[in-house]
Amino acid sequence: MSKVWRFQGGVHPYDKKDLSRDKPIEVAGLPPRLIVPLVQHIGARCEPLVSSGELVKKGQKIGEAQGFVSAPVHAPTSGKVTKIDNFPHPLGRFLPAIEIEPDGSDEWTEDIQGREDFLSLSPDDLRAVIREKGIVGMGGAAFPTHVKLSPPQGKTIDTLIINGSECEPYLTADFRLMVEQSDKVIQGMRIMMTILGVETLFIAIEANKPEAIHAMREALGNEPFAKVVPLKVKYPQGAEKQLIKTLVNREVPSSGGLPMDVGVLVQNVGTTASIFDAVRFGIPLVERVVTVTGEGIREPKNLRVRIGTPIGYLIETCGGFLETPGKVILGGPMMGVSQYTTDIPVVKGTSGILVFPATHVHVEDPQSCIRCGTCVRVCPKNLVPSALALFAKRGLLDEAERHYALDCIECGSCAFACPAKIPLVHWLRYLKGEVLAKRARQRERETNKK
Amino acid sequence: MIEAVITLSGIGLLASLGLGLAAKKFAVHRNPMIDKVEQTLPGGNCGACGMAGCTAYAKAVVEEGVPVNACAPGGAETARQIAQIMGVDVSPTESRVAVLLCKGGKGESLSRFEYQGIMDCKAAMIVAGGNKACAYGCLGLGTCEQVCPFDAIHIDRTGLPVIDEEKCTGCGICVQNCPKQVLTLAPQGMRVHVRCHSHDKGGKVKKVCQVGCIGCGACVRVCPYDALSLDDGLSVMDYSRCRQCGLCIDQCPTHNITGLIQGQSKARIDPSVCTGCTRCDAVCPVDAISGQSEKPHAVDDSRCIGCGLCRSVCPVDAVTMLTFR
Repeated sequence: MSKVWRFQGGVHPYDKKDLSRDKPIEVAGLPPRLIVPLVQHIGARCEPLVSSGELVKKGQKIGEAQGFVSAPVHAPTSGKVTKIDNFPHPLGRFLPAIEIEPDGSDEWTEDIQGREDFLSLSPDDLRAVIREKGIVGMGGAAFPTHVKLSPPQGKTIDTLIINGSECEPYLTADFRLMVEQSDKVIQGMRIMMTILGVETLFIAIEANKPEAIHAMREALGNEPFAKVVPLKVKYPQGAEKQLIKTLVNREVPSSGGLPMDVGVLVQNVGTTASIFDAVRFGIPLVERVVTVTGEGIREPKNLRVRIGTPIGYLIETCGGFLETPGKVILGGPMMGVSQYTTDIPVVKGTSGILVFPATHVHVEDPQSCIRCGTCVRVCPKNLVPSALALFAKRGLLDEAERHYALDCIECGSCAFACPAKIPLVHWLRYLKGEVLAKRARQRERETNKK
Repeated sequence: MIEAVITLSGIGLLASLGLGLAAKKFAVHRNPMIDKVEQTLPGGNCGACGMAGCTAYAKAVVEEGVPVNACAPGGAETARQIAQIMGVDVSPTESRVAVLLCKGGKGESLSRFEYQGIMDCKAAMIVAGGNKACAYGCLGLGTCEQVCPFDAIHIDRTGLPVIDEEKCTGCGICVQNCPKQVLTLAPQGMRVHVRCHSHDKGGKVKKVCQVGCIGCGACVRVCPYDALSLDDGLSVMDYSRCRQCGLCIDQCPTHNITGLIQGQSKARIDPSVCTGCTRCDAVCPVDAISGQSEKPHAVDDSRCIGCGLCRSVCPVDAVTMLTFR
């Protein structure tokens, strides 16, 4: 049993994982149309490689990555490209996407090649495969994985953490993956080990998932090369920086610091399994596990879903709405984003679809801050959310920057705990946008001066 | 007694000597021009000039040679005064006012969803770009109202900002802060505006808003002064060319172009018919008609009172009376 530390703050929402934790992963059907966004990752958006009317095969690259921080997208099934246009995107805006009408045969493209001796490949070759197959972080942020696996000169990574904490309530996608496909996760780990040459490896799982902890320990066998660490159940335990603090007691520097800076790399279990699929079988990231759950769904399920499937289709797969839906959220209840249409497609970073019936949604008007300090106590980044919200309201951007507004990870703990129901995360998001805009203006002014 | 007088006088002399020396040694040299310039400024500290406030602008004018006409609230008069102090020439600047380029209030434009959260346009933008179905439309949550340093903007019942032209100084703070870029600055006195800035295609506009510009180009065709042009499905007004004849207002099928006072008549001279006989000019009681002899005449709407005398004297029937809805 390895020693664990603890991070400051955090909250304890009721996890509600019972709704879907015992549902094995089912393969979702083929929807009548798929919308594959060209922006599914952090970084430059893809350029389409196909044109309207063209026939594509499953796994064919249809969007080419632009630049290093970018990832290509692939066709999730065989069929015809019907349109390349702006479609509703989980981010809320209309963004370019490729619409595909499936032909039903689901035929793979020919150039999918696997290899048995994948561990003998050089780190650079492995990185190239991971990049080519469009692998991005599947925990939610969708940062291109090959970038994370390429630490710049002078930075060494000595610890790899596989993140199976899944601290968001309701979601069970990572949990089911660890229980059912633990081998894939282990093999994916081996690949990353080869690339980075690390020796300290952790698999972090919250203690409320004993089956997953057991499955991973089983899969590691008698001579485990990685430690499976059960973690205290606390939100946001699975947040990258909090996880690093808990497992290796290192603090990622504030103001734009990365886990790389303290020699740690954190990867989600889903990403790890996809890395294995990509390297061993040559399968690009065209499917992922999504939990469709919530009190407003007739039959909550864990589904293996093609990227680009409209969420409305998945809700139908799960028996549809139980009663009038109040909110449909993409992601978990703490950090997920409420959607206004079910035409939104599943993207690489979508971990769950959460439906609350209208009777469960209570909207309360925010009251005045009573200075109770609850938000300060629960903030995992040691910020003062109440003061930052005030700075946002007053437009005091310099002051906000001095109080580390940009360090907020938008985990939602403060808004969850606030007894006055102040939308603190909304204020902080607004504030971060304003601070970044101010910085951009300053830069512009400086370049103009020169 | 005498000792006391001597002692106190001595202390007084010493102190005054010390103070006098200190005043010389630690004197702060401030250019008196800065004070003079600052006195001419309105003192609103709005920041429209790009400086932190009026004092900072005065300092920048004197020391860094910043243009003297950057104070929007002060306008031409302030610019002239500063130019006099600084001994430079200044080209006259036109004073401008903020104009809203959207007519789609609560009754006219659709919303995609019910917005719950911070009542601020910039904050609402984070949530799927605001709840308006039109991606270009005014959200009406009042960010402009909050930032206006001169209390010139208020949100009305339809959820659109109304700009008080009397109070608006044209500082442009609202224009900078509007996340939908639905506000712009137009020369003061301009009454005719295309109140839409949606570049969407006509069909899409119609679906989400009853009063949006559908880019049909009717106004562009009718404009005698080439002030209107179509830019990617949107009619755009060039204020430097607009003579406010108002012909476009009647042409717009969605009643998007607004101007002049509702219910008021204005004389219109058709430039293609007018022979330039100058009879209308002679008869106009308010001197609203101008034009050279044998050239088409034009009506100044800001003066025309709609009496119709010009129409009665026109030999070629070039004058019509328009009533605006």
